[in-house]
Amino acid sequence: MSQPVLLYPSKPDKVYLFGTCLVDLFYPEAGLAGVDLLEREGIEVIYPQDQTCCGQPAYTSGRNDEARAVAQAQLNLFPGDWPVVVPSGSCAGMMRHHYPKLFEGTEDAEKARKLAARVWDLADFLVNVCQIKLTDTGEPVTIALHTSCSSRREMRVADSGPALLRQLNNVTLVEPAKVTECCGFGGSFAVRHADISGAMANDKVAALAQTGCDRFLSTDCGCLMNLTGVAEKQKTGLSGEHLLSFLWQRSQSNREV
Amino acid sequence: MSQTREDTSQQGHNSAINFQPQVTSALANSQLRGNFDKAMTGLMHKRSSAFADWDLDALRDLGQAIRQRALRQLPDLLEQLERQCQANGIQVHWARDGDEACRVITEICQQRQAKTVIKGKSMVTEEMELNTHLEQRGYSVLESDLGEYIVQMAKETPSHIIMPAIHKNTAEIADLMHTMTGVERREDAHYLTDQARQQLREKFMQADVGISGVNFAVADSGTLCLVENEGNGRLTTTTPPCHIAVTGIEKVVPSLTDIAPLLSLLTRSATGQSITTYVNMISRPRQPGEQDGPEAVHLVLVDNGRSDIYQDDELAQTLQCIRCGACMNHCPVYTRIGGHAYGTTYPGPIGQVLMPQLLGLEQTPDFASASSLCGSCGEVCPVRIPLPSLLLRLRREAVDGDKTRPSTVPGHGSKRSGLESLIWRFWRIVHRHPLLYRQSTRLASQLRALSPKRLGGWTRYRSAPKLAKTTLHSAMNARSGRQQP
Repeated sequence: MSQPVLLYPSKPDKVYLFGTCLVDLFYPEAGLAGVDLLEREGIEVIYPQDQTCCGQPAYTSGRNDEARAVAQAQLNLFPGDWPVVVPSGSCAGMMRHHYPKLFEGTEDAEKARKLAARVWDLADFLVNVCQIKLTDTGEPVTIALHTSCSSRREMRVADSGPALLRQLNNVTLVEPAKVTECCGFGGSFAVRHADISGAMANDKVAALAQTGCDRFLSTDCGCLMNLTGVAEKQKTGLSGEHLLSFLWQRSQSNREV
Repeated sequence: MSQTREDTSQQGHNSAINFQPQVTSALANSQLRGNFDKAMTGLMHKRSSAFADWDLDALRDLGQAIRQRALRQLPDLLEQLERQCQANGIQVHWARDGDEACRVITEICQQRQAKTVIKGKSMVTEEMELNTHLEQRGYSVLESDLGEYIVQMAKETPSHIIMPAIHKNTAEIADLMHTMTGVERREDAHYLTDQARQQLREKFMQADVGISGVNFAVADSGTLCLVENEGNGRLTTTTPPCHIAVTGIEKVVPSLTDIAPLLSLLTRSATGQSITTYVNMISRPRQPGEQDGPEAVHLVLVDNGRSDIYQDDELAQTLQCIRCGACMNHCPVYTRIGGHAYGTTYPGPIGQVLMPQLLGLEQTPDFASASSLCGSCGEVCPVRIPLPSLLLRLRREAVDGDKTRPSTVPGHGSKRSGLESLIWRFWRIVHRHPLLYRQSTRLASQLRALSPKRLGGWTRYRSAPKLAKTTLHSAMNARSGRQQP
């Protein structure tokens, strides 16, 4: 049956940030931008230092035992009743939609279910919970957005990226052909089936380049690593960054409106 | 790339499906990739326009409910179907596997002293390699669906379950028909279709037996429902004196009222049509006083592994499939490698879920992993088969990856390697110990100049990912002013 709809909470005083391991190692500026944006909205961000990884790499490799062990280590890090915001779609999807299945029938089932219901995609949270208003302080720029499959089909928040970017007056948002198609990342898929993944990634980068955009953005660090890697290898001159980094840069010099 | 029937003998496979080399050659074939890209893009647009005015979520809920209800009552419905068909004068046969089904069909042909058989499209007969079986016993077998006719002429197998010859473009078909049948070589789809129709028309009149598939079998009326666009299905099932319908046992539904929603979903999902040109509802052989129709109708109910799949509640959802092919049309992997690369009767996402269960995980070692889990297949499935979840289940089965849930699929554990287990154990230790994690990630950031520039398949297409100067953990720690342990 259709997925149950979770109601957005009212805007809280505090949130937990689950940074994700990819942001931690490769895109910390995206995590920090998320924190800056949330703090500007008057929300205190708690970052539990004991967090590591949501467990997704093992889970999508069929290694549920290892995934559960690592996910279990995250379950106790968010004791308060505040929302847990995540700056990457697939990790948010793992916690929201897969934790309940992963822990089903174990003694942590209830805890996992309760945590899952508090997990939000950070960009979606800015739009629908914070109802953020952005003022553009940058030069005119043309931007293409790649929304991750997890954000689109699992978290169902594909409209949040465009909703944020449309608030920026000097940003022209262009849409690549086959916008809903996967970029070919898929975690271990990119290594186990490197040629298929490479073919998909090449096509996605070509579609992004064809829009004539100055830069592309993504809401998911896996997609971002994949697409910027291809663009760089092919020396297309096309660069990409995380949506949150871009949003913060574009709107940071005017604090409160 | 083309795949001949000899390459794909599936029953009694002694070695695993050779997926990787087939993928490599498919990806290198720009003609093939162009053909699939064009065809699948068109089919996606057609489907989305066909559903534009529908509450698709509600309709898919209904489709799922109908199929799940039917499967819950499957044993009873099959017995009811048998009784109703027999009451209508249809002779019913049961076949445990493909070989038994082939034997049953051969015996019917023998009894009728048949020489020529004409076939409508049927994937279950592809599954059991019926054509090869009959030809080896001296019968002449002709496929009458245009796509199947082309594929048979080329001595290939279907590359798509709905559009068997979709891997070929008009120029390739013109060449083939010119070479094989001597018609003028013209790259004109209308001309070629017309020529094929003329060639086939005569054969319908001469055939002793017509063999067709079944889209839905209705238990309470004993009706066999068959959809098609070329009229070849109607000719196959009415012109020869004997009609043999072959179906997997999962295709049964309780009553005629279930058919309308399923048809609405099937034809729109498959080809973007509101309805197919022909919808055949077959319920009995020719009655006294009637002018048309076969004098004998047989129904062969084929299990071929389906009862085993039925035993597991989660995997039984595989049997909800109504064979529309939408999961293939929307799959970015299928679109790039085409149906033949899979080397099995059913390609694409449903094939990746079904074939490992039918053939065993050790025979299909790459099937569950050959997906980015993008979710497109699950999103379009008209009966809501959770294909990505089932792929995850098979990945778990392949490595016996969950102690709390026993593996049940044949060949489970066949992909569990000692080296990978060791890597995962290491990964688990690092990520279960926050201090160790922070120390190792911080060290990695500090030593980032030493990180490898080549990373196997990843850097074949991409530059290596670059570690940031500091981790988010360190940055947040500095920000909060707390001392990191």
